[in-house]
Amino acid sequence: MDFKKFPKKFIKIATVASVLILAGGVLGGCGSTGLSNGSNSSTKVEKKAPKDLKIGVSVSTLTNPAFVNLKNVISNYAKKHGSKVIVDDANNDTSKQNDDVEDLITQKVDALIINPCDSSAISAVVKKANEANIPVVCVDRSADSGKVVSTVASDNIAGGKMAANWMVQQLGENAKVAEIQGIPGASATRERGKGFDSIGDKKLNIVTKQTAQFDRAKALTVTENILQAHKDIKGIFAQNDEEAVGAARAVKAANKNVKIIGFDGALACLNLIQKGQVTATVGQQWNKIGQESVQMVYDHYQNKKVPKKDKVAVKIVTKKNVAAFKKEVYNK
Amino acid sequence: MSKTKKKFDFSKYMALIALIILVIGITVLNPQFISPSNLLNLLRQASVNALIAFGMTFVILTAGIDLSVGSILAFTGAIVATMILGGTPAWLAGLIGLALGALLGAVNGLFITWGKVTPFIATLATMTIWRGATYVFTGGNPVTGGKMNTSFFFQFIGQGYLFGIPFPVIITLIAFIVCYILLHKTAFGRKTFALGGNEKAAFVAGVKTKKLLIIVYTISGLLAALAGFILTSRLGSAQPDAGTSYEMDAIASTVIGGASLMGGKGRMSGTLVGALLIASLSNGMNLLGINSFYQQIVKGVVILIAVMIDSQTQKNRE
Repeated sequence: MDFKKFPKKFIKIATVASVLILAGGVLGGCGSTGLSNGSNSSTKVEKKAPKDLKIGVSVSTLTNPAFVNLKNVISNYAKKHGSKVIVDDANNDTSKQNDDVEDLITQKVDALIINPCDSSAISAVVKKANEANIPVVCVDRSADSGKVVSTVASDNIAGGKMAANWMVQQLGENAKVAEIQGIPGASATRERGKGFDSIGDKKLNIVTKQTAQFDRAKALTVTENILQAHKDIKGIFAQNDEEAVGAARAVKAANKNVKIIGFDGALACLNLIQKGQVTATVGQQWNKIGQESVQMVYDHYQNKKVPKKDKVAVKIVTKKNVAAFKKEVYNK
Repeated sequence: MSKTKKKFDFSKYMALIALIILVIGITVLNPQFISPSNLLNLLRQASVNALIAFGMTFVILTAGIDLSVGSILAFTGAIVATMILGGTPAWLAGLIGLALGALLGAVNGLFITWGKVTPFIATLATMTIWRGATYVFTGGNPVTGGKMNTSFFFQFIGQGYLFGIPFPVIITLIAFIVCYILLHKTAFGRKTFALGGNEKAAFVAGVKTKKLLIIVYTISGLLAALAGFILTSRLGSAQPDAGTSYEMDAIASTVIGGASLMGGKGRMSGTLVGALLIASLSNGMNLLGINSFYQQIVKGVVILIAVMIDSQTQKNRE
């Protein structure tokens, strides 16, 4: 080792380091040691009108049209009532979402509406919001721990069951079907799969379950492969609409007659239902989900009772009712 | 330009100047940025990337690259979390995780030296392998719950505060000091520079290049595992997709900090500034409410500008 300049330089670095630590300690205010940097929890809610509220919104991704729509519904509804809205997009990255929410807490928002990328990973930052006394509403996916005012989500398990029942009805019992799954471990994947399998395992012949990560392009490839391996399948359950759209392309290219049912009620998929390329989807009422999540915040600040869980109903959308559904959810 | 006159070396401080301008700029637009609580947030947000970037600096100095850091982070994180759930004391699980990270790094080094695979390809392969292994090991599910929510030590690593400073920041600071001394004050550091400057010359001069390279990749793996432990603790959960594309942020930090991908040029302090710059960009743009799509464009442009200015000043000096 070269120790020639070592002591002098080292002292310099050590000084800088200790100054930084001390400065931070002073800046940190209470300079506490432990798991939280000081908290001030009071349980009483100070009444606030919607126009006095600044709402921080953290969306899991804006590359999925369904969530873009959700974001728009939330912003529009909140702005209509005079609230200020700040939106962050987590790019499907759990760690970025935690950073985003921390930044929203720093900006002293009055409430957080979080659409978690992942139910378990979001918990840490929900607890942080609890410490800062900021009410949290979770949308579409729940938080495993930490206190939330309410979780507004579609009933995914019921939706999965609906999809399975619809297939039995359309294709008959023991029909050969494939299931295209979402991001492994995501709560939507687990719940939709659980609902679908609870009926499908008994009444359908599910020949394969493959993941396409909720992604259109991946669903295209996966479906191409499925059609190669199982030439006689009659139906495909895609766990979201992006996957349903991808699957529809593969089915069309292979010139097969396969009934596809998606999940979400995203515009791209609804358009394909009108064209007859996708047979159906389990439609989520994004307008209701978005509006109710904001309304939960308003109710909370009016000291009204807020339900811990708000399960928004889903429904099967086919060629018959697609126009009405589009009008209702997207106003188009 | 005269070569004899000792001029203020502007390029050396380029990243630091950029960081200061950025900090002032964001503060003017939103004073909240400079608030103590936000600065502590920012430092904590920078820590995971900074740790990986410190390791990346050694690697890039040898004209190598380590694409596998994100996957090593995820794999070791999942192993550590599973061990803690299984009842292993958190400190022991953490140590095993770090050892595993070092081992995976050493494996990279072995592929590169004995396997004669270029660093890009070797670590591209291991990046895919360890990511796949993480998915197999976890079944695609996050590893969470149980003792991870009750172990004080485990939670303290990522979420704790020491004298009001987030503990990850303190770990990063210590890691920085150690890496700084290792790189700039020891024979090992000088050999690393020599190897990157001219591998053959270094070899002829008696540097055991293979051994050195293996150590360099081991350090990178070790720091990635440390970052993984912190991230797992911060999130209270080991995500199978954690650390995806983190290698890019680490490379960007290193390059913004003045390192050259051709090897032989770079500084640990530059990397630290680079990591702070990237964290300030994300944090600042969040505070300013800039759409995340634009954030990515801005980040890319900043990397380009930083590297272009650096290469221009290089040319001028020559």
